[in-house]
Amino acid sequence: MNPEPPEERDGTPVGRRVFLGTLGLGALGVLAAPALQRGLEALSGNDPTGLTGLLPNGGGFRYYSVAASVPDKNATDYRLTVDGLVDRPRGYTLADLRALPQTRLVRDVQCVTGWRVPGTPFEGVRLADLLDAAGVRPTARALRFTCFDGTYTESLTLDQARRPDVLVALRMQDKDISHDHGGPVRLYVAPMYFYKSAKWLSGITVTDRVKPGYWENLGYDVDAWVGRSNGRTDEPTS
Amino acid sequence: MSLRADTPARPAARVRRFSRAERWIHRTTAALMGVCVVTAAVLYIPQLAVLVGRRELVVRVHECAGLALPVPVLLGLVSRAFRADLRFLNRFGPHDRLWLWAALRRDRRRQARPAGKFNAGQKIYAAWIAGATLVMLGTGLLMWFTHLAPLVWRTSATFVHDWLALTIAVVLAGHIGMALGDPEARKGLRTGTVSEEWAKRQHPLWRPRP
Repeated sequence: MNPEPPEERDGTPVGRRVFLGTLGLGALGVLAAPALQRGLEALSGNDPTGLTGLLPNGGGFRYYSVAASVPDKNATDYRLTVDGLVDRPRGYTLADLRALPQTRLVRDVQCVTGWRVPGTPFEGVRLADLLDAAGVRPTARALRFTCFDGTYTESLTLDQARRPDVLVALRMQDKDISHDHGGPVRLYVAPMYFYKSAKWLSGITVTDRVKPGYWENLGYDVDAWVGRSNGRTDEPTS
Repeated sequence: MSLRADTPARPAARVRRFSRAERWIHRTTAALMGVCVVTAAVLYIPQLAVLVGRRELVVRVHECAGLALPVPVLLGLVSRAFRADLRFLNRFGPHDRLWLWAALRRDRRRQARPAGKFNAGQKIYAAWIAGATLVMLGTGLLMWFTHLAPLVWRTSATFVHDWLALTIAVVLAGHIGMALGDPEARKGLRTGTVSEEWAKRQHPLWRPRP
């Protein structure tokens, strides 16, 4: 038989070069990422087709749910309860919440995983108003939020909760909040990373100390100020 | 007639292409890569994320499959046949240049595509996917163990991980598409042998050992 062509065994090691080159490009990509990402965000910001939304970090929201499935709630079966260390615990229907004074805020949304959605309108009831209506007792220090996905929880200190840029939001992007975005009612904590803005909000319990929420038990910061926590240096959102 | 059925096929009809170890390396790597791709799709595509939820579990499965992905190849290094094939994949001769040139010009004539045991496209694919897998592993670890590195690295790692994932999806689809178009090549990885005719046609410079 013909002998094997010698270059099959002893040719140029191009495979190794491609392999190492790919590794090198990967490392270079990590170094150049901040600049590349800024460029892409600028590009997708002026994209009328919306096609860039399909690309990584192409802008827009990403859906995160920690639960297996989340029930649908609407005007007939949605309830928000306010209880704990308050004088007047009560439940709110969607209509009750809509009847209260509404505040509209337009801020950037910053996720702790890096994506940011510029200028997103949120509209709803100031959390401070609900707390005043409930009559917070002097021993109270914090709030615990529960959600009707049955799993997610969040927390705020009383001082954080009383900020004017913290809402019990009913509308987002000038539409009623859709189920996937945490509707009909979600928390909106404008100055903090978006995991603080619990979706599918169903309960507010006033407590005497901060009890860390779902992601905070998995290592994220409890006081999640944008740009001053989780080791990140993003531009503050509020 | 029953006698004929009992006679073994002519030994020259089939040639050995892959050892049992190599077939298992490919199978397990493909399965782990499949788990990575499916879980990545669930984490990344909003409609699938909505459908599946359970983010923490999906992340855990993705991480474990990703960590395990290089293991079959590393274990496979004890196999002499696998090491010999890695050498074939690594080394490029003048015929590989001809093959790549023909591929660029979409020249499908047999004599324009000389190839040894692996053609130049398969060689480049193997080297690239190995490198890309390690980049995914590295950036994945940076996203996972955020406290090991400065946190700006995490965003950068996410960026590279996302874009490279998209690239891998495209390249992998090409790899699978080409396998779907060549049943004999698939048979080679399933049974370990290919027809002599196929070997002569697709890999004319390959001299299979008996």
